[in-house]
Amino acid sequence: MATVNIAGKDVELDEEGFLTNLADWNRDVAEYMAKEEKVDMTESHWEVIDFLREYYDEYQIAPAIRVLTKAIGKKLGPDKGNNKYLYELFPYGPAKQACKIGGLPKPTGCI
Amino acid sequence: MSDEMDMEEGGTIKKFMFVNRKAPYGTIYALESLEVVLISAAFEQDVSLAFIDDGVYQLMKNINTDGIEMKSFSKTYRALEGYDIEKLYVERESLEARGLSEDDLVVDVQVVGAAEMADLMNEQDVVLSF
Repeated sequence: MATVNIAGKDVELDEEGFLTNLADWNRDVAEYMAKEEKVDMTESHWEVIDFLREYYDEYQIAPAIRVLTKAIGKKLGPDKGNNKYLYELFPYGPAKQACKIGGLPKPTGCI
Repeated sequence: MSDEMDMEEGGTIKKFMFVNRKAPYGTIYALESLEVVLISAAFEQDVSLAFIDDGVYQLMKNINTDGIEMKSFSKTYRALEGYDIEKLYVERESLEARGLSEDDLVVDVQVVGAAEMADLMNEQDVVLSF
């Protein structure tokens, strides 16, 4: 557990860098997380983050990568709903990295 | 996990049934079961869920957990379809004994009688009880 100051606000992170309190999330937190993950945020990244947050809001879980890929394909089209596209955006695992940046817990079943 | 469960090398697909018999809150069983089910989906096995006794309450609509200060996981049952887990069996006798019907549940299920539920269990390779 660690506390970091992001844009003037103290935010608590767990040992893997995920938000302890999901309500702490905002765009500044996302930018901070992205920097830690060495991800340069673009519109395409935000699109995935927004999608994940909506998914979480609807189902109260972070989806497994296979489920995420399929759901994104359904909503944003097959050119985005595939592993290659998502791994290009989030090289160290789309589900895990995007969840961290999006302020969500680690996906269930993600080890 | 993979060696223990003999699922390596794209091995054989087994029929897994997760049997849920307990009320959703008060014990950790329901949530643990749901998490194991979601994890098991990654192994592409033939998964089904059974809801019996107080387990039928797990699928009830409009559960408000504010009073017990716990996160409600009702909505998560609706995610199962996206995980290709579509075989949800609810025992008719358990529903009726609690004054519930299919309309009271958050997801589409197959309501089966106790005898049919027993047959379904017999067909399984692995039955895990929660």
